[in-house]
Amino acid sequence: MRFYRALLHCYPASFRAEYGDEMEGVFRARRRDATNPVAVFILWIASFFEILFNAIAVHWDILRQDFRYTVRTLAGSPGFAITAILVVALGIGANTAAFSVTDFVLIRNLPFPGPERLVKIWQTTLGYDKMEFSPLNYRDVKRMSKSFEAIGAYTPDAVNLVGQGDPERIYATAVTSDVIPLLGTQPLLGRVFTAADERVGAAGTVILSYQLWQTQFAGDAGVLGKKVILDDQPYIVIGVMPAHFHFPSAEIGLWTPKQFAARELEDRNDNYLEVVGRLKPGVSLEQAKAEMDVTMRQLKQQYPGENKNTGGLVISLRDELSGKSRLMLWALLGASACVLLIACANLANLLLTRSLGRQKELAVRAAVGAGRERLVRQSMTESMVLAVLGGALGMLVAMWAVPLLTKLVPNTLPIASTPTVDFRVLIFAGLLTVVTGIVFGVLPALRASGKGDMNALREGARSGGGRKERLRAALVIAEVTVSVVLLISSGLLIRALLKLQNTDPGFHAGGVLSVETALPMPKYARTATRGEFYRRVLTEVRALPGVSSAAYGTALPMVWGGGIWPVDINGQVVERTASHTVSMRYITPEYFSTLQVPLVLGRAISESDTVDRQFVAVVSQSFARRYWPDLNPLGRHFQLAFHDRMVVGVVGDVRVRGLEQESEPQTYLSYQQVMDGNFVFYAPRNLAVRTSGAPSALAPAIRRIIQSADPEQPISDVQTLEQIVESKTAFRTVQVRVLGAFTAIAFLLAAIGIHGLLSFAVSQRNREIGVRMALGAASGDILRMVMRQGVRVALAGVLPGLALAYVAARLMQALLAGIQPGDLPTFLSAAGLCLVMTLVGSFLPALRAVRIDPMTAIRTE
Amino acid sequence: MDKPESLLPLPPATFHILIALADEDRHGYAIIQDVAARTNGELKLSAGTLYRSIPRMMDQGLLVETDTRPAPELDDERRRYYRITPFGVAVARAEARRHAQLVKMARVRGLAPEKA
Repeated sequence: MRFYRALLHCYPASFRAEYGDEMEGVFRARRRDATNPVAVFILWIASFFEILFNAIAVHWDILRQDFRYTVRTLAGSPGFAITAILVVALGIGANTAAFSVTDFVLIRNLPFPGPERLVKIWQTTLGYDKMEFSPLNYRDVKRMSKSFEAIGAYTPDAVNLVGQGDPERIYATAVTSDVIPLLGTQPLLGRVFTAADERVGAAGTVILSYQLWQTQFAGDAGVLGKKVILDDQPYIVIGVMPAHFHFPSAEIGLWTPKQFAARELEDRNDNYLEVVGRLKPGVSLEQAKAEMDVTMRQLKQQYPGENKNTGGLVISLRDELSGKSRLMLWALLGASACVLLIACANLANLLLTRSLGRQKELAVRAAVGAGRERLVRQSMTESMVLAVLGGALGMLVAMWAVPLLTKLVPNTLPIASTPTVDFRVLIFAGLLTVVTGIVFGVLPALRASGKGDMNALREGARSGGGRKERLRAALVIAEVTVSVVLLISSGLLIRALLKLQNTDPGFHAGGVLSVETALPMPKYARTATRGEFYRRVLTEVRALPGVSSAAYGTALPMVWGGGIWPVDINGQVVERTASHTVSMRYITPEYFSTLQVPLVLGRAISESDTVDRQFVAVVSQSFARRYWPDLNPLGRHFQLAFHDRMVVGVVGDVRVRGLEQESEPQTYLSYQQVMDGNFVFYAPRNLAVRTSGAPSALAPAIRRIIQSADPEQPISDVQTLEQIVESKTAFRTVQVRVLGAFTAIAFLLAAIGIHGLLSFAVSQRNREIGVRMALGAASGDILRMVMRQGVRVALAGVLPGLALAYVAARLMQALLAGIQPGDLPTFLSAAGLCLVMTLVGSFLPALRAVRIDPMTAIRTE
Repeated sequence: MDKPESLLPLPPATFHILIALADEDRHGYAIIQDVAARTNGELKLSAGTLYRSIPRMMDQGLLVETDTRPAPELDDERRRYYRITPFGVAVARAEARRHAQLVKMARVRGLAPEKA
């Protein structure tokens, strides 16, 4: 019998209370009637399943009943329903969008088979904790390592694709034949590279990305075996990779085999190879790291000069992401969680207010026999319905918002450039919806059914009850606290962004258009051939109306941070550490005047700096300071890139690497002073044009000029220098906007919370206020009384908020670009804003209190 | 109150419960026994089905719980007695009429035995 009674617990408590005893009676009678053990056994089995199925049916009946009731009550107060649904939608939408980006970038597996065994391997040296490998060191590491199933190297490249419509500049990657197989992705069409493809002198082969195959080859299935011209060289298409394959990043359009020419295997300090590996099954990252340390130590002993200070670093490919990107995404997710928290607090408050308004109704329902469990169920059904409707709307919000967040996807990972809202995100949103429904529903539900409410019938529902009001105040205080944290966090990030945007880049970006024309080799391997192209283009561009100057350079500042070389002074060999490297650029005359980099001493590069004259260099002030701190640098010599150079001029420092990073000192060399076929990678490719008009308006004319100079020359990356500078902080800008939006939502919700709390308090204290006024209290007193309550709540929220904000700011200090986590102006403005919000939120209720007519208020009681 | 026809067709269990209550008030187990007896044991209403039907039938106004109890020596205090309402009678009649019409139609097509 005890077992039967336990089984009855499958039913809702209310049903059990009503019919449990009777059902037990029926079962007892049947048990008496069952004469033999078989009949008893059958009775038990039948009862078991019957209770199981019927209990589900009864639960379902109640749910339907509650659901109908909910729909009726919500339809009766559409204002409440719409507010609640919108609040949930904002909370869930914000979280789902933030999660979809965070999950895409930080959490989910990379889109390769066995992704946990994929690693990135770096060389390290003093001052650089991640440096590319030199081919010689790569070859030795590959030969000596035992932890890896395979190791492969690649190097980024960009090629001119000719023969498919307009000439195009395509981002490419040269990979050794191990790379694609070790990643594990099968080609969609054709084959991948083999050792035969990477032999020097082998016929050129190329594998296309799915995206390039679609855009340039119209998805032609017969593309295999087709000949294409890349940088003037013929290549045969041997494969097409599937759409989800991105390596090393989403912008790569094609892959070519990496062939090592003999001269690439001469200099152990020529570092340009990125290296990936796949660990052998069962080998841990730690073991691989330990082995790499041993290997690099051996290489150091073997080549003490070149490999001095050289070490190795093995990291999971998943973690090939800057700490800042990671921190920013977590901060975003944290902020969205705060928004949801506030939304929940707000909804709980809304429901509490409603439950107070419905106190009588609930008390009546309880009195006619609806048990506590039924009331809780009813209340939870209501919050669930609101949560599900809001969650569905929130999903739509997220789907709309996610494409706006693509700038938050760093381009250093082998993943697509846009996160997708897929089933993982749907599951997340679903779970969030359920949790939200429970969180904001449970407090009001328990309160609604509390025993204290039975007094409601007797007392005539005059007071909201002290405990309930305290709970409501606590919820509003929590809202204020969280919004202060958000306010200060986004305030600090805005300050950091402004500070970076106000950083002097060392040049003047306004009024400059930049165009990239990467000259293909070997067509332009001769220095003189390139010179003709540059001079022709520059002469014609300078003749365009509005153009004041134009120049070519290896790369404009912030476009490319590479080209870092060691320098030797006075024949002394200096170590290749961060403190002895400089960035090297070849430029044409007018480069400094076009970018408006100030010339401090001496002269700029001129047309007379030809290959038969003394090789000259213009250096930046930091260069001069580093090597000749108290001397005149003009006329002094140094060695760079295998040549002696004489300093003829000093210019201001430029932030080559962007606004956030420190840049190496700069050297500028004459575009003419380079031997044929040498340093072709440094051949000037960025054209910069300064104009008095709108820079982008020049683009068509410049295109025509370049096309007439060389019809096969592709033009890429047409953008203003301002856009280039802005792109350096785009990630931050998006983050600040998103965080700002979250903060605004949170703030609005908190203001609504304060307003709601006070409105209700005033309506509950109608009579008291009436009495006070009748006894002679002035309007000002009443106003102050209500406002004081608002300010008290706000202060109780602001103070812990300031402390928590400081903790949060300390955690994200790396993102603050030097702004102190305890930045006083930010903290003061946040506190001030909160005060304003409180005053605004309390003003209307206070006004309402003042307008109370004492006579009416007292009489209605 | 709704028209009796609006509840038709009745679920078989509901109809049986109404029939069981047509002549006298009964408690739960008595309803089950009556149904079993009338159907020669073919239909054994389970307690779960019965007690899931009863609240619904009370909501629909087909039956009420009654306070009149039998003589104390026959009574078990745990038992609750149910009584058919006039509306319940009307609904049961309507359902019976519906069945009769169905049988008549079936008979025209030779699907049911001729009247004895």
